[in-house]
Amino acid sequence: MKTSLLETHSRLARRNIVEMIAAAGSGHPGGSLSCTDILTWLYDCRIDLTNPDRDRLVLSKGHAAPALYAQLAVHERITREEMLSLRKLGSRLQGHPNMEDLPDVDMSTGSLGQGLSAAVGMAWGDRYLGKNRRTWCVCGDGELEEGQIWEAAMAAGKFGLDNLTLFLDLNGLQIDGSVREVGGANDYRGALEAFGWHTAEIDGHDFAQIEAAVQEAEAVPGPSAIICRTVKGRGVSYMENEAGWHGKAPNAAQLQQALVELEA
Amino acid sequence: MKQATREAFGATLAQLAAQDRNIVVLDADLAPATKTGETRKTAPQQFLQAGIAEANMTGIAAGLAVSGLKPFASSFAMFLAGRSYEQIRNSIAYPHLNVKLCATHAGITVGEDGGSHQCLEDISLLRVLPGMMVLQPADGPETAAMVKWLAQQEGPAYLRLSRAAVEQVYEREPVFDPKAVPMLRPGQRIAFVASGVMVRECLEAADRLAEQGIEAAVYDLPVIKPLSTDRLNDIIAAYDRVYVAEEHLKAGGIASAIREEVLEPGKVKSIAIEDRFGQSGSVQDLMEEYGLSASRIVRRVLADEAAGEGKTPAARITIAVPTAGARVQTGSIG
Repeated sequence: MKTSLLETHSRLARRNIVEMIAAAGSGHPGGSLSCTDILTWLYDCRIDLTNPDRDRLVLSKGHAAPALYAQLAVHERITREEMLSLRKLGSRLQGHPNMEDLPDVDMSTGSLGQGLSAAVGMAWGDRYLGKNRRTWCVCGDGELEEGQIWEAAMAAGKFGLDNLTLFLDLNGLQIDGSVREVGGANDYRGALEAFGWHTAEIDGHDFAQIEAAVQEAEAVPGPSAIICRTVKGRGVSYMENEAGWHGKAPNAAQLQQALVELEA
Repeated sequence: MKQATREAFGATLAQLAAQDRNIVVLDADLAPATKTGETRKTAPQQFLQAGIAEANMTGIAAGLAVSGLKPFASSFAMFLAGRSYEQIRNSIAYPHLNVKLCATHAGITVGEDGGSHQCLEDISLLRVLPGMMVLQPADGPETAAMVKWLAQQEGPAYLRLSRAAVEQVYEREPVFDPKAVPMLRPGQRIAFVASGVMVRECLEAADRLAEQGIEAAVYDLPVIKPLSTDRLNDIIAAYDRVYVAEEHLKAGGIASAIREEVLEPGKVKSIAIEDRFGQSGSVQDLMEEYGLSASRIVRRVLADEAAGEGKTPAARITIAVPTAGARVQTGSIG
């Protein structure tokens, strides 16, 4: 793990996120910034976009598409010009990720609750075909209110999918308020363990903790969940822990302030 | 020989799975009824039991397709097309993934289980999804041919199958041509374009009409989407009236689909279920009650004949045929 490179990439990714959402005039900065360090670590340390047999990622919280596109820009899979085409007519960068438009997107997502099922299918398929690669999935905490997540969690446990790892991006906020208020104060870790998952709970902005948790997840049998405490809007002071920045674009002045805060 | 299309589906799929290790068969705890359980005998490693969780099953099928496999996911039409609709829409149809959705127990011929289990709206729901193929075989041999063909096709498809056993329409397994609308019986002035179990009913109705001097042609429409529009235009041009017969709600079903595409939509008449849910009953009683039986079809055609339908389009009126002993009467059959 090269911490300095990860930090450079995560800062660059955050700049990309606010720039592309500002250019689009709409989008979801809060939940994109909360999972940026998770995605940065994955695309730096596990998912080599140049390798056709690489590990794959299902961004089940598809509204965090800018966080994914930001990685594609960091790793030079899309140009800056294309990055700034987000949400525009004819762009490959759809408001929510579509695998048909962008080959580096491993599964089309956006309707919450569906990605983990697809990830279960991908992991089952890879195991059946004897492919030595892992399926990663990222879900938000508001998303855990969708019942299909728990159907998928039950199935992953039943199938004993060693090659499936779920990151829970627990930023604690959703559109209508705090996840505790809207969905209840739930023991997600206990629920996953009850369904046969190995779990770890970490700070989702700490690369050393992410790496340690992944190494543990890769070593244990069955599906594994890395429960990440995160900050919605992380890295942009006025967005941090503000539910209002779930789905709103910064204006020109706000963008400038964000970019100053995210200076290298 | 009488055979339900689900039986032929299960047997054919089991045979294909044994030959092609990329086929994976998924079910949601209905394998003995959908007949996917046959694959457990021929290729147990290729059978994925999703449990009673259809939304998750369709999502898993999408993931299997992403991994390059050929998933066939099966449940009752109600729970596949109905419960999993948005999963089918967003996880399968939107990215055009190669998932075959095989819905058994479609329509009113579910019988005694009643309205909660009789999906009368699945064709409407599925055919409006861009890129989704929708198919419905008339009997066992056509099912076998269709399933083999489907296994070679890329892209999402909805296969609509029935619970009830039907008499064979085809003597032997046909060569499946997705563009064909095979003529099963010739006729003049009047034709039936039927799909699924309605093919048998229309053949029976045509036999009875012949006894009264009316020769009605019968066509089998196995592919509901994409429609063979040119072929349908030719068929419609050759008759005064074409009755589209479907075991489905009139709203949004096969007749609607045909009217949307053809040059002479006014000649297309609908034999379908009116705006009404199903109910418990024997298959025979339900077909009669909902206007789909051969005898109801005959009465409908004779009523239209008496009213001079099709001869003078300006005078076209809807004929309401009273249904004897109907529990709920919410409309005509026409």
